[in-house]
Order: sequence, then structure tokens, then C-alpha cells
Amino acid sequence: MVMLSRLGLDSSSELFRELPSSLRMSRPLALPAALSELELLKTLKALADGNLNLDEHPCFLGAGVYDHYVPSVVDHVLGRSEFYTSYTPYQPEMSQGMLQAIFEYQTLICELTGMEVANASLYDGGSSLAEAALMGCRASGREEVLIARTVNPFYREVVATYLRTAGFAIREIPLDESGAVDLDLLAAAAGSGTAALILQSPNFFGILEDLEAAGNILRRRAPAASFVVSADPISLALLRPPGELGVDIVVGEGQVLGNHPSFGGPLLGIMACTEKLLRRMPGRIVGETTDAEGRRGYVLTIQTREQHIRREKATSNICTNQALNALAAAVYLTVLGKDGLREVAFNCCWKGHYARERFRSLRGFAIPYQGPCFREFVVNCPIPPAELNSALIRDGIIGGYPLARHYPEREELRSAWLLCVTERRTRAEIDRLAEAAAAAAALSPVFPSPEGGTVLENDL
Amino acid sequence: MKTIFERSRSGRRGLLIPPCDVPEVELDSLIPRRFQRGAPPALPEVDQLTAVRHYTALSRRNHGVDSGFYPLGSCTMKYNPKVAEDIARLAGFARLHPLQPAETCQGALALMHDLERYLAEIAGMARVTLQPAAGSHGELLGLMIIKAFMARRGDGERRRVILVPDTSHGTNPASAALAGYRVVQVRSGPDGDVDIEDLAARLGEDTAALMLTNPSTLGLFERRIEAISGLVHRAGGLLYYDGANMNAIMGISRPGDMGFDIVHFNLHKTFATPHGGGGPGSGPVGVVRELVPFLPVPVIEKGPGGYYLDHDRPLSVGKLHAFYGNFGVTVKAYAYIRSMGPDGLRQVSEDAVLSANYLLSLLRGHYDLPFDRPCMHEFVLSARKHKELGVAARDIAKRILDYGFHPPTTYFPLTIAEALMVEPTESESVETLDAFAEAMVQIARDAVTNPEMLRTAPHTTAVRRLDEVAAARNPVLRWKRRDSEKGEGA
Ligand SMILES: Cc1ncc(COP(=O)(O)O)c(C=O)c1O
Repeated sequence: MVMLSRLGLDSSSELFRELPSSLRMSRPLALPAALSELELLKTLKALADGNLNLDEHPCFLGAGVYDHYVPSVVDHVLGRSEFYTSYTPYQPEMSQGMLQAIFEYQTLICELTGMEVANASLYDGGSSLAEAALMGCRASGREEVLIARTVNPFYREVVATYLRTAGFAIREIPLDESGAVDLDLLAAAAGSGTAALILQSPNFFGILEDLEAAGNILRRRAPAASFVVSADPISLALLRPPGELGVDIVVGEGQVLGNHPSFGGPLLGIMACTEKLLRRMPGRIVGETTDAEGRRGYVLTIQTREQHIRREKATSNICTNQALNALAAAVYLTVLGKDGLREVAFNCCWKGHYARERFRSLRGFAIPYQGPCFREFVVNCPIPPAELNSALIRDGIIGGYPLARHYPEREELRSAWLLCVTERRTRAEIDRLAEAAAAAAALSPVFPSPEGGTVLENDL
Repeated sequence: MKTIFERSRSGRRGLLIPPCDVPEVELDSLIPRRFQRGAPPALPEVDQLTAVRHYTALSRRNHGVDSGFYPLGSCTMKYNPKVAEDIARLAGFARLHPLQPAETCQGALALMHDLERYLAEIAGMARVTLQPAAGSHGELLGLMIIKAFMARRGDGERRRVILVPDTSHGTNPASAALAGYRVVQVRSGPDGDVDIEDLAARLGEDTAALMLTNPSTLGLFERRIEAISGLVHRAGGLLYYDGANMNAIMGISRPGDMGFDIVHFNLHKTFATPHGGGGPGSGPVGVVRELVPFLPVPVIEKGPGGYYLDHDRPLSVGKLHAFYGNFGVTVKAYAYIRSMGPDGLRQVSEDAVLSANYLLSLLRGHYDLPFDRPCMHEFVLSARKHKELGVAARDIAKRILDYGFHPPTTYFPLTIAEALMVEPTESESVETLDAFAEAMVQIARDAVTNPEMLRTAPHTTAVRRLDEVAAARNPVLRWKRRDSEKGEGA
């Protein structure tokens, strides 16, 4: 009212006098009536309670989002409202906190991946992979991207969507019987028209890809192409960093680093690359500099790549990214530290293998892929995995991911289940899963008789 | 301030991991040696208190909406209700896996389904997807939809041009280029609105769409929007709405009624979800009925057995996020809409526009006003007169820091020399607006009497003016141990 009267106006509708009357709404929006905070909490709590959550139910789902423990410290730091109510640090003198945190995040990502430079984050692992593919196309001037079918099928869909729109081609390379990309077929497909090769390791089935061998093939057959690898940051505590293996661009899903699953978002798109590709990299980048008194400080830098300066000539359209999730990753890596992250990775590895062996010995279940794995593995089930999942839910367990929809061409994946075991799962939970799965299978009419002769329904 | 790496001391740790309760097999028997890394990554080694103090100290070197006024134009830095943070952290939302069977996540699907409908109503669209993770992600999706629609209609080959006004945000042309389009700029006229004649001249057989923000990035309502819509549609093109400025029109006017075919929302602006230091945001996209088949997969449907995700959409453009977008952010937007209700949202827009007009009335005369019209939720000033005195918009912005306010957006839109774009939002009290105006008026006076003080500002911040040129010329993009520090720490 004070403002209206100081403006000499009677009503706020006068403020909208430039809007043609034909465009003014003549009715209120058809939305539910306002709720008080107390009512709001009750309503939203009821919606939240309509879901089975991972705190109360052991979960064996992975496939791109993982149930790792998020240390208490992470959420407390993220709850500092100086961080979460700020925006992109356009005014560095007032934003040193976020800038330094991102600079440290970039350093941590370089340490994990062995790459020279990292950006401040992209949306998620899938869109980061698509951006990397586009970088490969632009850097090489070639138009066909090779992608292994062992890459997460959701990521492949995102890459295909981006490339199709931008007018580039994509070719998928099948897998071999070990569950890794078929290197012979890769060698046959790579050539002078190849813009990039995309592998994921550990791949969608949890199997480690032979990045060194694939990289050698690519260098020999398609020297102009970029080698793009989607890597899991926790596995990198144990595995050879892609930077040692001639990889040009590393991307990955950073959700595992201190971010809750949150029904699949917000996630954290990691991207790191060689110094040579720096000016083709999308996204914000923080750099160190000095202030007028010579003190160390941080600013957004190499901005001549970006949309607000280059417009249609920019390397990407990224503006808002996933800064707070990158902060979570930095805090996570800091509190876990050098030893802690290794221990988490070891735990995933040991527990994953323990679970895999447990299923190998269960009657009616089989392990189709024998390659070395990390955290995830494929199980062939005697009954459709979706049925197993339903039975497990009755036992309070969230089971695995049925694979058939994504691999109609693979006989061995018709009734396959992707299981994931993080450090949060206990031996007792894994045993419970195995026992409940075995019991559910035994009760099912389609269970194979000990003499063989199964009657398998196609899953999904 | 020290980096976390400089606080590291060998052997320290911030957290215990539970002992492993399955056999600890020799790693070599599980993973061949040649796949293993030699030295572990050089992560920091600090105790938990050191980590907490480090990040607390960093937070104190950062300014958020909770710290003080943040009139960063185009970004809608409004208050982010605390209860929404609590809600998004409920285990039933934060601790959900995206691939859980539908029967185990009916609450989440119901929330998404209803939020899609609320947003569709607010924008006057037929259907909405929540998949894009930010505004520019939404733009890219919108352009993918346009492309797929026109390819199916049969004139996609020919329609290769996206028109954008010269005042448009950089993401508009960048998204269009990413989607494989050629970008052509349309001039804005002397009143700030799109120059209709220039638009008409550029429209043609090759036009795919015009991308427009309304209110425009100048904070002005595009008065001839109905004429523009007619022109674009008659030329066979579509009209795309950049929803960054929707805070001005909720419950007052709807893009769908203006003739727009595709809309993106910025939930982190209009719908009060925090900006997170640069993200995560959320950029849902709404479309008119004809374009619904092209929405990305999966879409949420409601059947007799409850909500489910439908992946079987033959005309869909595909997918641009691994899962369903930034669900955690959409929960906060849902909470905001439910707590505001229809009248509350309208009030938000009225107050946002009132605040901007009020602040403008206090600054008029002290800064150049390129377009003397009633503004919407924000306005653009020019410091071109101050520039003649040797004080640039940048210097004014840096001086504002000394008053504890975040400066307006500078140097955008590109058509306005020495632009200062001010967006107060509806959240701020008249006292705050008065105090900010007082500071701005004082700075305008200082530009005359003491330009040097402005050119060397800020004077009271944690660091003084930072050398951005040096940072770009000689990029230092990660911390590296100096030789003198070898042997100490990690
Ligand atoms: C007018 C306008 N359009 C588009 C965008 C891009 O949105 P986002 O940052 O969410 O990608 C912005 C963001 O600042 C904007 O102000």
C-alpha cells in the first residue's frame, strides 16, 4: 500500500495497463486453494509416505543412481543458506565461498580421473555424455559417434537424442560374451569417419571395460576421434584413472558423491578433459587469480566459450548447472578423504562379489557375464525379474532392475536382473535378498524342474 | 584463505566406514592388476571439524538471498521458503530410487503428475514435462520438439532458422545452434518492443520459430504480442516462450493465451526453489495439444491401477536426462504452488511488478532510463552518462558490494550500453528497497565527485577487485602443490 500510494496509484491493476485487455485473465487460476505451513507439511508428508524409501527398505537397484551413504556433514554444509540461496558467482568478490568450493571440486575431479581440467558441473551423467559426444564431433570434424551397447541404455538414449537433433550419426557396438564391448566389432567399426568412441567402465552390467585395448584400437583406426569414457567416481579410488589410458574426455554421474538418489535428480554431471580440449568444454569453469592487493582469489573464467558472450557460437547453452551437487561432492570427498573413499570402493567391490557368488550358487539362477565387476552384476533368473521384484517388495526389499526391455537382441538377458550392492548393504541383507529370491522362484509355477526344461515367460 | 588441500595432513580422516562383513578377498583375485590404479587419488586428509570449519568459513565468504538483497535481474532471486527444504529432504522424497517399481513410488508420481497440471494451467498449455534440468535445457527440448514436429509435418528440411530478438538471453541462440538451427536476430524498436517490420521481413519459408521472452529482457511487456503471434503462425512458424520472466504475469496473463506454442519454466526463479549457488534448477516445458506426442519419455500417466511411467511414445523426441529431471527441485516448486494457491500466485506477480515500479521511481533521474514506460517485474538502467565520467556499470556494481547488496545484472541485454538490470522481486520490504535506492543514488553522486573511489571498489569485501583478465590469460583451474609444500600434507 505504501508503495502504491507513493506511486500515486489506486490499485495494482494499473501497473498492468500496458497489457492488452484481451490478454488479461478474467478468472482465477484453477489451482488448489492456499495451504498454511502446517497443512502443507501434512499434505506433503502424506505424499512422501506413499513411497517406499531407501532408509527403511534395503535397495539393490543401481543402473545410474546408487544408494551410497551420505555423511551427515554433507547435508549440514549444504544447508548453509549462504551457499544454497546464492546464484552463479557473477560477482566474485561477494562469492568467494562458492568459487573456492568449485575450484576445489575441479581439483578433486582431476585427481580422481587423472585428467588435466574439469568443469564446474553439468546436469547429469547422461547429458554430460551427450555433451562429450558433441565435443568429439566438433574437435574431429567427423560426424559418426560409436557407442558401446554396454553403456547405460538411458545414457544412450540421451546421447542419441542430442546427436539426432544436432545432425550427427550414432552407431552402437555390440557386446561380447564376457559382458564387455566386443573389441573386434569395435575395430571393424572405427575408421576415418569416426568422431568419438564412447565407453562406460564399469559398464551398465558392472563389468570393467578394457579401456587400454579399446583406446589402442581407436588410435590406430581413427586417430582424429575423441576417446570418451563414462566412469564411476567411486570406482576410481581403485581403478586406473582414464587420464593414464589416453582418454580425451571423462564424464560420469557424481550423484554417488554425497548426493541422495532423490528419485533420479538432482544429479551431478561430471566432466573432465585434456588441456587441449579445454576451450571446447561446455559449462562454467573456475580459475585462480589475484585481487588488487595481490591476495589469492577465484573467478569464473574462460568465459569466451559461453552463451552469454558468444551466443550462437558458444560451445554449449549451459547456464544454470548443478553447483550445489558439486559442493556436495567436494564435501563428501573431503570428509571421506583418501582412505575413506578407498574403503567405500573396497566394500562395494567385496560385497558385490559376495552377492554375485551367492546368486551363482542358487538353484535356477545363473551369472551370464564373468568379467571383473564392480558393485553391479547381472543375474539370470528362473522367473521374470519383475515378478521377483513384486515378491521382494512383500518382504520389504527393493530388488533389482529387469534388463530385457533394453536388450531384446540378447538371448541371455531375456530374464536378466541387474543387481547393485553398495557399502550400505550388509551381509544379512544380501543373504535375505538371495533367500527371498530363491523362495519366490520356488513358489512360481514357471520354476524350472531340477531335470531342466524351463517354461520361461518373457519378462516385461 | 587456505584451500582444503593445504589443510590436509597425512593419516587424518573425517569419517569411519563400517567394517566389512563379507570376506575381504585379495583385490587381485577380483580385479586384474592392469585395471587397478597405482597410487590412490590425492584426496584431502582432514578431521571432521577441520572440514566443517573450512566449509563454514567458505559459506561466510558467500552472499545469498538469506544474507541480503539480491536484485540480480532476470534471475528472480526471491525468498526460498524454509519449509520446502524440509519437505524435499523427507526420506519419502530424497531417499527414492528412480527405477523403483511404480507401485512403490505412487506418492512421487502423483506429485509430478499434479505439478505438471498446475504448471500447464499457469501457462495455458495442454501438457508439461518436468524432465529438463534448467531453463536452457528446456529451451533445447523445446527446439527438439519443434524440429520433430516440423519433420513430421514435412517442412522440417526447409525450416532451418530460429529467430531471436537482439535483446534475447544468450541461452536462446546457443540452444538454437545446439539443436542444429541457424540463428537470425530480430531488431527491437525504439520503444523496446520487437520491431514488427523487421520481424515481418525476416519471417519466411525457412522460419522454424521465434523465441521470445515476455515480459522481455528489458522488463517491458511486449505489447504487440498478438500481432507477432499472427505473423509467426501465418509464416508457418511456431512461437517459443522463454519463461524466465514469468514472475510478472502469474494469474494475470498466460503465454498460451498470447499465442505461444511452447513454454519453458524456470522453477528456480518463478517458483521459489533456491538457486543453489548456480544450480540445481529445473526447466519444465509445456506445449500446446498438437505437440504433446513429441514430449520426451517417459511421461506420467494415470491408469486404473494408479500412476505409471509410459515409455511407449513413438513420436517422442527421446530423452535429455537419464531419469525424470531434478525431482528434488520440483518437490519444492510443488510445495510453493500449494502454499500460495491461485490468489497468492497472482499476488506474487502484482507485488513483484509493484516493487520494480517503486524502485524505478526512486532511481529515475539518477540513472539513464532507456525506455520510459511502466516496467514489469524488473527494469534496465544505463550507466552511459557515468561512463562519460569514467565510471562504468562494472564500477557501479562493484561499489554496490560495499553496501552489502548484490549488484544488479550488468551488461545484459547487449543492446543497452552499460546496462544495469534490476529485479527486486516481491519478497523485499519497502525499507530494503529504500535503502538500496539510497545507496544507488549516493553512488551516482560519487561517480561525479569521486570516480576513483568507484573505479577501485569494492573496498570492504573479503577480497578486493579480482583480475579476471589474468585468470583467463593464464588459466589455473586446479590446485597444485607448490614445491615448497612438498613433504607436508597429502
Ligand atoms: C531470460 C533468460 N532466459 C534463459 C535463461 C536460462 O535459464 P537457466 O539458467 O535456468 O538455464 C535465463 C537465466 O538466467 C534467463 O534470464
